[in-house]
Amino acid sequence: MSYLDNILFAILLIIGFGYFFRSVQKIRRNINLGTDVNRSDNPKARWTNMAMIALGQSKMVKRPVAGILHIIVYLGFIIINIELLEIIIDGLFGTHRIFAFLGTTYNVLIASFEILAVLVLVAVSVFWIRRNVIKLKRFISSDLKGWPKSDGNYILYFEVVLMTLFLLMNASDLHLQNVPGGFSHFIKAGSFPVSQFIAPIFNGVSNESVMLMTEIFWWLHITGILIFMNYLYFSKHLHILLAFPNTYFANLKPLGQFDNLESVTKEVKLMMDPNADPFAAAPVDENAAPSKFGASDVQDLNWVQLLNAYTCTECGRCTSVCPANITGKKLSPRKIMMDTRDRLVEVGKNIDDNKGVFVPDNKSLLNDYISPEELWACTSCNACVEECPVNISPLSIIMDMRRYLVMEQSAAPMPLNAMMTNVENNGAPWQYNQQDRLNWKNEN
Amino acid sequence: MSENLIVPTMAEMLAQGKQPEVLFWVGCSGSFDDRAKKITKAFVRILNRANISFAVLGTEESCTGDPAKRAGNEFLFQMQAMMNIEVLNAYEAKKIVTACPHCFNTLKNEYPELGGVYEVVHHTEFLKSLLDDGRLTIEGGQFKGKRITFHDPCYLGRANKVYEAPRDLILKLDAELVEMKRSKANGLCCGAGGAQMFKDAEPGNKEINVERTEDALETQSEIIATGCPFCNTMMTDGIKVKEKEGDVKVMDIAELIANAQDL
Repeated sequence: MSYLDNILFAILLIIGFGYFFRSVQKIRRNINLGTDVNRSDNPKARWTNMAMIALGQSKMVKRPVAGILHIIVYLGFIIINIELLEIIIDGLFGTHRIFAFLGTTYNVLIASFEILAVLVLVAVSVFWIRRNVIKLKRFISSDLKGWPKSDGNYILYFEVVLMTLFLLMNASDLHLQNVPGGFSHFIKAGSFPVSQFIAPIFNGVSNESVMLMTEIFWWLHITGILIFMNYLYFSKHLHILLAFPNTYFANLKPLGQFDNLESVTKEVKLMMDPNADPFAAAPVDENAAPSKFGASDVQDLNWVQLLNAYTCTECGRCTSVCPANITGKKLSPRKIMMDTRDRLVEVGKNIDDNKGVFVPDNKSLLNDYISPEELWACTSCNACVEECPVNISPLSIIMDMRRYLVMEQSAAPMPLNAMMTNVENNGAPWQYNQQDRLNWKNEN
Repeated sequence: MSENLIVPTMAEMLAQGKQPEVLFWVGCSGSFDDRAKKITKAFVRILNRANISFAVLGTEESCTGDPAKRAGNEFLFQMQAMMNIEVLNAYEAKKIVTACPHCFNTLKNEYPELGGVYEVVHHTEFLKSLLDDGRLTIEGGQFKGKRITFHDPCYLGRANKVYEAPRDLILKLDAELVEMKRSKANGLCCGAGGAQMFKDAEPGNKEINVERTEDALETQSEIIATGCPFCNTMMTDGIKVKEKEGDVKVMDIAELIANAQDL
């Protein structure tokens, strides 16, 4: 017996997983370009979030049609991974259906994979129809022009091809299992509620040819899976992995609580300290305040915000509930996330091309990707954050960029400058005297 | 006719060596905006009726800094916050009630890290607790059987998950509470948050408050209840745009309760 197949298979696996780990390293590196933020508190609540929201899909079903279809595809993904384990063992050791010894359990497993495969095909078809025929508003918006639109469809095609290959592989295998007196190594194993109806297409074909086809289907199936795995790096489909860390590290505080910038606290305290010497040189601080307030580029965002960007699957639920977007403003929370990822990938490439050092490219997330007009349209209502099925916060990025515009560039819209001047001078956003604050008591 | 509202200040209380049960944070809108001042007074009337020991900061109160923070001016926010915290801590304030969800959110969530730790409640929560403790009784009065819909302020609802207190109060009025298609966690913003109140909207095809007013009008309610002075302004403007001033009123929960008791 030749070991060529096994060696080929091992090489395929090494290449597939090797490239994949290289991509994972790059994503890790890019996410770590962000500033630090502590999300190690309250592990119990974090694990619960991950279990409920990522594993349990609890926020997906808020929209029942997409939610249930998504659960089918997701279950298909998880469960068919068990099949993948068998494929890998068979491929490496030249065995055939190594788990067949499980008997009835094996039959149940294979049967449920087959039924899931069909359900996945149905779900994926509905998804395709929603994107390309019904054209749901959130799938045809300008956010998705070009690559993101194709990406969404490619993922669906991938699923169709993989599920079809899986069923054809089983059907041809079943055909050979049923050859009277047995054929080669095709032992009777598995239960095939779906592919038994496909198997008859092989009637009249020579056993040798069917065996060749089985092998081709098998190889295409595993190769397809490896290609799909490596496709994640370029795709919104990355969410199947990152949804888990993303929900774990998501904000646990009330949605209305925006972080207080520590660097500002230090300065304000110094400013208000009656004992501070106004003529003293600025104290030299080992942990000096960052040179920049707010965010104008991806390196100014924290690593959770960057993880958010890689996790976003561009479903557009955020944008569909955004009051600004609903009323025709430019702001789209989904676009904020997509722009952040695109810019982060660009910065990552820059670092790769320049031997590990970022060389300024005269571009930034602000202006080149996200315009001030988008940022100023936000009402900070948290609808996007509430809606996100994986707890992404586009709002936190919007706020950090507003901070940059206001504190670094003094570039707030004029009426806001007037409001802030009033707050500063008379303690109210309007021009009323603080001494008149209690006048209402005696007015009619 | 000048009504006799009893509104002690913290300074007066301190002079008498007293500490009120609760500090009423009036907020800028409640102090200066003509419409919001009516909400402030309605709330005070209820407090007076229930004999609640409360006090206001009066001229010592200043903007919480919320609009500055949402606009991106963290410096101004923290300056306001620290000045307010100095005042509040000097009076040893423990519990604060406010009728503005923006003040509520900021005082409750963003002040503690800066040294201002208080128990902060929204006025609807406070009224609900008075009711539960039997310190206040509510009768439906003129609102009995009327269709009322409640608009969730973002900074009360999604931001702090207070959905039930205002609804419980409406139900206590024996009114028919009708939900809009987008409510509670799915509620649509009135358009005022994030400092939008103080600027023009970006170019679009509709004003957010009109979109939200349409949600409210769909419920065929006679009254749109709110718990936020800014939402109140936005919804009132929306009603004007829709030319429904004659049919639909926008009222704060405090006003509903005060009016029901003929206060």
